[in-house]
Amino acid sequence: MTDAAAETVTPAREPTWRERNQSSIRQARLYVRTFARNGSAMLGLGIVTLFLLTAALGPWIVPFPEDAAGSVHLDIKLQPPDAVHWFGTDEVGNDVFTRVIVGTRVSLQIGLIITGIAMLIGVPLGMIAGFVGGWTGEAIMRFTDVFLAVPGLILAIAIVGALGPGILNAMLALSLVWWPGYVRLVQAKTLSLKNSIYVDAARSMGAGKMRIVFVHILPNCASPIVVKASMDMGMAILGAASLGFLGLGAQPPYPEWGAMISVGRNYLPDWWWYSFFPGLFIFLTVLGFNLMGDGLRDILDPRHRE
Amino acid sequence: MSAPEPILSMRDYRLVFDTFDGIYQALDGVGFDLNPGESLGIVGETGCGKSITAKSILGLLPSPPARVLSGEILYRGQDLLKASERDFRRLRGTEIAMIFQDPMTYLNPVFTVGEQLVDAILAHQRAKPGGERMNKAAAKRHAIQMLAKVHLPNPERQFTSYPHELSGGMRQRVLIAMSLSGAPRLLIADEPTTALDVTIQAQILDLIAELIDDLNLSVLMISHDLGVVAKVCDRVIVMYAGHVVEDAPVDQLFNDPRHPYTRGLLASIPHPGRPPTSLSGIPGTLPNLYDPPRGCRFAARCPLAVPACTTAVPEKRHLSGNHLVACIRADEDLPAEAADA
Amino acid sequence: MLEIEDLKVHFPIREKWQKATVKAVNGVSLSIATGDSLGLVGESGSGKSTIGRAILRLNKVTGGDIRLKGMSVVNAGRTEEEMLRRQAQIVFQDPHSALNPRMPILRSVAEPLVLHTKVRGVELRRRVTDLLEIVGLQSQFLYRYPHELSGGQKQRVCIARALALQPELLVLDEPTSALDVSVQAQILEFLKKLQREQNLTYLFISHNLAVIRYICNRTAVMYLGQIVEEGATEQVFSAPRHPYTKVLLEAVPLPEAGQSRRTDVVIGDVPSPVNMPTGCSFHTRCAEAMAGRCDKVAPPPVALADGRRVRCHLFAD
Repeated sequence: MTDAAAETVTPAREPTWRERNQSSIRQARLYVRTFARNGSAMLGLGIVTLFLLTAALGPWIVPFPEDAAGSVHLDIKLQPPDAVHWFGTDEVGNDVFTRVIVGTRVSLQIGLIITGIAMLIGVPLGMIAGFVGGWTGEAIMRFTDVFLAVPGLILAIAIVGALGPGILNAMLALSLVWWPGYVRLVQAKTLSLKNSIYVDAARSMGAGKMRIVFVHILPNCASPIVVKASMDMGMAILGAASLGFLGLGAQPPYPEWGAMISVGRNYLPDWWWYSFFPGLFIFLTVLGFNLMGDGLRDILDPRHRE
Repeated sequence: MSAPEPILSMRDYRLVFDTFDGIYQALDGVGFDLNPGESLGIVGETGCGKSITAKSILGLLPSPPARVLSGEILYRGQDLLKASERDFRRLRGTEIAMIFQDPMTYLNPVFTVGEQLVDAILAHQRAKPGGERMNKAAAKRHAIQMLAKVHLPNPERQFTSYPHELSGGMRQRVLIAMSLSGAPRLLIADEPTTALDVTIQAQILDLIAELIDDLNLSVLMISHDLGVVAKVCDRVIVMYAGHVVEDAPVDQLFNDPRHPYTRGLLASIPHPGRPPTSLSGIPGTLPNLYDPPRGCRFAARCPLAVPACTTAVPEKRHLSGNHLVACIRADEDLPAEAADA
Repeated sequence: MLEIEDLKVHFPIREKWQKATVKAVNGVSLSIATGDSLGLVGESGSGKSTIGRAILRLNKVTGGDIRLKGMSVVNAGRTEEEMLRRQAQIVFQDPHSALNPRMPILRSVAEPLVLHTKVRGVELRRRVTDLLEIVGLQSQFLYRYPHELSGGQKQRVCIARALALQPELLVLDEPTSALDVSVQAQILEFLKKLQREQNLTYLFISHNLAVIRYICNRTAVMYLGQIVEEGATEQVFSAPRHPYTKVLLEAVPLPEAGQSRRTDVVIGDVPSPVNMPTGCSFHTRCAEAMAGRCDKVAPPPVALADGRRVRCHLFAD
């Protein structure tokens, strides 16, 4: 009450940060409340938070840091899980727990890089295709269709095959097959926003093309991009693990989950823990990112808003 | 006036929606009677609950989120709130039919008009207990008759048209034909002409008026357009924020509106047939129905409001004959300054 | 103030694999004097909104010219366009979609100022506060987002934005059609007051005859891309001449008791603007159509003694 009175007395006063952003704060609170009420989304968020914490702290909390890069203790090879080696040990005696935990950071890097590059390629292309339209847009979309028509992983395998196996090449290959989804998404959204009334209003006020794209269209594409990116994180990690498993991605003894399963699979079923725990981590990570993405979609999708 | 047994009667109907943001108290003690052969209009602005009222009658509100707190909806003595989905399937079309604002939503784009109409007719036949069964050819004859009855030009040819080949007005005619093909007694029309142009609206309103007389229909017409209800209806109820505030024969409502909201509403519409006079509008906004005010929901915007208005919901009372008003100060004139504002 | 001369706006479309042309506006001439408000009334597909959009250069013009204070809108270069933007602004029908949902009201209203002036910072905020005050909104709305406002408030914001550069012509494209009547009344009253106070010129586009009669001193009735009758509002409404105007006025249900339930004056559907009838475009629905004439020859506009123009053979001699 007193606040409102003060505002009417001195209207020229610079509004405080809180006053200027009270709508955003209220909106954020609403988002948080909606998200918090969604059980599976919270589970996803929990998993992702744990994943990020593990990735950040991994090298400092693991019991045998030297095992991460691969050392050899043949005396304790293929030990089942126990109090010292929680997830057991592998065929050269490395602690599986250490390697899985350190692998978290590797997976995070992989996910971020693949999704990031895909967005950097896809978003601008989609924007151009949707906004410029015409011949250029048509060309971009058909080029995108060609990529979409080939199964992503197969194409990635072909690219890695050409470049040679290795974690960097695997990431590059996956990035190159990942962008078409973003083109599709952004192009469709841009196309509908381009004809929206508020863009017409901006045009009638004399706003230039750049302003329309960056001020009026891009911010309104942000929500679906964020949702897709969140889900893609999980899928990209899975993709990289698949390449690792096929021997085309990270090479043992690099602590990458897919590569670990690739080797561990030879020791199934007697020494199950060797491949089980990396697999479990892949599963949980993908699940976490997907659940979180679903939850984000629920709060960011305007159709779900009041 | 010895009232005949009403065909439809809603009593103290209270409905809420359970939403993420709390309990939305959509309808609060809605009640009215619809007599056989009568056409009753429900008017009100966005958020007054008129469409929800209509959908409740045909059991079209998904529950959850909708939740009935109290009341009954009696159709010829049967409580529709206790009816099963099976009962509704029997009622819809053969007893109660509904037409909507946007006919395209209710027509399937991949089937021709004729196929959908024949399907509807056969379904109505099956739903009627003990009714005779029609074969396909007879159903087709009946369908073309129905299309002719709604004055669709060239009914034989349009029988094979797809919905997208028809104009908005023709689609609405098809939908009316479809809803009346089961010979219902009660027609619920939810903003049937809102999406149409004036000249097409006039034709559809003519058609509805004609059908009311020909088929001896009772009609419940939902509209935000006071002109439309003034033209078609015998009696009008005015809703505001989930309450029925006034219920009166059409000439009384327009010549001597008593509820301050009705008066404000009528003073807000420019009249196409008269030179302009100033419009008053109604200051303020709809109350928050997640936390509705105690007492009269219009009190905060009402020029006649007194402290007593905010303590209890005003009872509906008879002013004269069958003119009902839910306002404790309905007999008084508006203050002069309110008329100027 | 505004002169429109033989304006034609045609859109190419593809119908059933064939190229066709929609003649949305087909030879419209109009002029609006400073301080006037001209109502452009017609049903959907009549081309009324297309004219409004063409004035703001939101549509490509096929033929004819639009001149704002003597300056051609159709052939404007960069510097002229800058001038035009300051002189004419538009308010759209649906205020909900006319505001960028990600922009607080301050930025939405400030947009024309940011685009065309060097005003920034505290001064910009002061100007926006003033604009909001003109349309009757307090400064607490500055940092709100569109979804937090009611329909009427959003439309006021749109009007404030249109007023930012102090235009002389305001194109109002169905500004109250998406609003409830009690809110519509407030906006209409406000628009009337605004015009008086700021000496604005209005082009008011609407399908609602009552609204046009209420706000405009001149009225032009459109049918299928052409103006069929134009004149002083009171003349057009109290003594319509063109058969279409008559039909239109008869078709409106009145908010009063004691009307006949039936209208029985209108027949048929609006013809498709792709396949326009020959001769007078209204002859297919006209009760007074003269065979051999109306279906063959398109009537030219005829000036009547009382100053109106009617496009109908009934008045051509």
